[in-house]
Amino acid sequence: MIEPDARPLAWQRATILAITPVTPRVRSYRLGVAFDRPAHAGQHVDLRLTAPDGYQAQRSYSIASAPDDSGTIELLIEGLSDGEVSVFFEEVAAVGDEIELRGPIGGSFVWVPEDGGPLLLVGGGSGIVPLLAMLRHRAAAAPDVRSLLIYSVREGAEAIAREELLDRARDEPGFDLMLNVTREGGGRRLDAALMAEALDRLGTPRHVYACGSNAFVEAASNLLLDAGLAPGTIRTERFGG
Amino acid sequence: MVTRGFTGRRPPEATRERLPPGQYLTEDFPVLQLGPTPRIDLDRWRFTLREGSRPLKTWTWAEFEALPRTTWSGDIHCVTKWSKFDTAWEGVSFDDILAAAGIAAPTGFLLAEGYDDYTTNLPVADLAGAKAMVATRYAGAPITPDHGGPARLLVPHLYFWKSAKWVKGLRFTQRDEAGFWELRGYHMYGDPWREQRFTGD
Ligand SMILES: Cc1cc2nc3c(=O)[nH]c(=O)nc-3n(C[C@H](O)[C@H](O)[C@H](O)COP(=O)(O)OP(=O)(O)OC[C@H]3O[C@@H](n4cnc5c(N)ncnc54)[C@H](O)[C@@H]3O)c2cc1C
Repeated sequence: MIEPDARPLAWQRATILAITPVTPRVRSYRLGVAFDRPAHAGQHVDLRLTAPDGYQAQRSYSIASAPDDSGTIELLIEGLSDGEVSVFFEEVAAVGDEIELRGPIGGSFVWVPEDGGPLLLVGGGSGIVPLLAMLRHRAAAAPDVRSLLIYSVREGAEAIAREELLDRARDEPGFDLMLNVTREGGGRRLDAALMAEALDRLGTPRHVYACGSNAFVEAASNLLLDAGLAPGTIRTERFGG
Repeated sequence: MVTRGFTGRRPPEATRERLPPGQYLTEDFPVLQLGPTPRIDLDRWRFTLREGSRPLKTWTWAEFEALPRTTWSGDIHCVTKWSKFDTAWEGVSFDDILAAAGIAAPTGFLLAEGYDDYTTNLPVADLAGAKAMVATRYAGAPITPDHGGPARLLVPHLYFWKSAKWVKGLRFTQRDEAGFWELRGYHMYGDPWREQRFTGD
């Protein structure tokens, strides 16, 4: 467990430094922000938007970048139809804008290099974001830790960081990738056979992290239990929907 | 700080009055949990009151189902920002559990314990006086496993992480001992109306 910090988690201002399209619905936001405490891969920030009359909306977004001392973080936000906050980011937010946030938040869905591996990561859709931070951190800080990512998307074009993941799978000896497409030619949902193949390729994982929508995480963690993994080794993060 | 260009999608006035600060209304029933949904066999289910490590009273499922029933309807608020209105629960109130055990609360605090080894701390004063129950039914049906069934704690005036899912017992403690999330930076008390999400809020 990471050390808890007794200090209050204060709201602070972050500046949008860059915005880059990642998939048709997802954009990358590079924010300039200095945290007052160490960040860990898997954590999130809370964002708070305020209208001129004082009305506010808050939402959580995982940090996609590995913890580093650059004074910046990367968020990957998917525009959801009718979404109050995600559509603001998609349509209004611009480079140079200031956004209020606080973090880093989260002490359970966290991987630190000392946790070791083998590491099994299971992501659905935008649920890849905190797992990406873990993979980036692993490559920089603990490349010997063996890891496998099952990444499930509806269509290939929706895969976030697809090129990066393919490059990592090619270049990093300890990293294996299973990209699963559910709705295109021969696509299928995660099932027992796919889970068995992953465990065969990786061996029994010491830590499992599953992230995505409620339905995805529920299905994935049930398959992991069916495959005989110990419940205490599986950590989950649910984005909603 | 006003966010440039943000107008927001304001809920109607009647909704806003029922929403604690920073919350939004959802019609779904989202889920927050730290691991997989545990598989609990009703034949082996037990609910136990303890003082420290000493068991005070244990019920089987059939015994627990035979205790007096309580219902509660109202709004619930999750620290991940969603609120859900007009939820309807049925179960056994904390007061009735103590009465059935034939005891008064031995200390002023307790830890609710789940089958997934989750814990969360609560003052006894926030459970007694019809403020909390161990719920076994939601909206007229047994609580589904993903929402904490067969039985979960329900303490609706606090953020919902205090309403431990898959509850297996209550352990009375001498002082207010931090539970799972409270050890990881979440607020010791968790009042949504004072927006007590994290330590220091
Ligand atoms: C810990 C945590 C980390 C998160 N990290 C990320 C992240 O890295 N990237 C990211 O894009 N999102 C992330 N989310 C989801 C994010 O917080 C918002 O819920 C999401 O952006 C929708 O907010 P909104 O205001 O746009 O939509 P809302 O106005 O809240 O809702 C609009 C519509 O979308 C539905 N909806 C809400 N949330 C979702 C969802 N997640 N999936 C599908 N439908 C939904 C609602 O039911 C509604 O119909 C995370 C959530 C949590 C709890």
